[in-house]
Amino acid sequence: MTTLPITPSQTVGPFFAYGLTAHQYGYDFNSLAEGELVDPIAHSAELIYVSGQILDGHGQPISDAMIECWQADTQGQYSSEPIAYPPHQASFTGFGRLGTGTTRTNQFTFTTVKPGSTATDSAPHINIILFLRGSLRTLYTRLYFSDEPEANNQDALLCSVDAERRHTLIARKSREGHYQFDIHLQGSDETVFFDL
Amino acid sequence: MEPKIVETDKPTTASGFNQSVPLSNHPLHLSPEYKSTILRSPTRPLMLVPDQMKNLRMPVFGDSCIGPLDHDLTKNARKNGEPIGERIKVVGRVLDASGRPLPNVLVEIWQANAAGRYIHKAEIHDAPLDPNFLGAGRLLTDAEGRYSFYTIKPGAYPWGNHYNAWRPNHIHFSVIGPHLDQRLVTQMYFPGDPLFAYDPIFQSVPKHARELLIARFSMDWTEPEFALAYEFNIVLNGRNQTPFE
Repeated sequence: MTTLPITPSQTVGPFFAYGLTAHQYGYDFNSLAEGELVDPIAHSAELIYVSGQILDGHGQPISDAMIECWQADTQGQYSSEPIAYPPHQASFTGFGRLGTGTTRTNQFTFTTVKPGSTATDSAPHINIILFLRGSLRTLYTRLYFSDEPEANNQDALLCSVDAERRHTLIARKSREGHYQFDIHLQGSDETVFFDL
Repeated sequence: MEPKIVETDKPTTASGFNQSVPLSNHPLHLSPEYKSTILRSPTRPLMLVPDQMKNLRMPVFGDSCIGPLDHDLTKNARKNGEPIGERIKVVGRVLDASGRPLPNVLVEIWQANAAGRYIHKAEIHDAPLDPNFLGAGRLLTDAEGRYSFYTIKPGAYPWGNHYNAWRPNHIHFSVIGPHLDQRLVTQMYFPGDPLFAYDPIFQSVPKHARELLIARFSMDWTEPEFALAYEFNIVLNGRNQTPFE
């Protein structure tokens, strides 16, 4: 079998916004994915909001990062339907993308539903894909929920993380329907990133 | 401050591969000559994960996502005329490491204009904006993994990394392959650029893999009286499971 050399990764740079997150930043180009992973009207009763910042080694929020979320629906199923444009034609895509540069605090907020378990040894989670100026490679992590302690204790991946670092993967419920998930690139709370 | 050459070695070909070369083609996360990596790269080892996580299917984008001019950056932002600069065509295929073409892959592109100026609001380089050029586009690969788009050859531009730092001409690519570990952001460079030796972002890639980022000038794909052409193939991770064929 032939093995072709993999194309090397490079940084997304500081100026991705007009290409990848144009609508959010007010550029005259459409965006294929934004902060809503579900149609908020169709799912109004079960919406959750996931917010956070991407923090550098000095604890400073990063203004030129891009974060993508990819998750299962409330039944634990990933959407396999092609994503359509304009958005909101499908009530659930499970895929969202935001830059961190449009809020004063460089915060992102995704509107979604809590995913169901995708397997018996898997707690509800959201796959996080991260790009930023100063990062030469795709960064992958996962978001779990603080109000799912039993499921989290049975999650095979989470349980294989060093106990003292597990909290970096758990979004904190701040109030009903709201979760806070900060990503620390360095420091004592450095987020666990996955080698994919 | 003295001007500093990051590394004087020219990019080598794949045939220069030897046992001392790191196996990965990707840059290290921490690459201090590119200063922004210092506070922004993970310091702990990345965690190994099971293949089933790598094999998670990614979202699929439909034809409705691609507008009729999205693959033509020379047309998709016209206001009162043609964009200024050298019109080029970029063609290529998206494949996995086994050589299998990846159809229906979303490829998004963005770049500076011919003068080396991004349209981005935070851009500070004092070069002219082009009212007829946005510098962003997108496309889906066809059944054979092929893609092509028209654009204007981007210019070099200065940046603040170090004294007299200039980026080589490049086009940014974002690729969403079919599986989670096939999400790639990269940059395509042009052959023979004298800035390669001075650019820590290009140099962050292991020497044996740098030429993979350089498009190949292609006379075959040139359109007479219209555009020169460059070929840039993109190879994403292969699958770990045994293929059926």
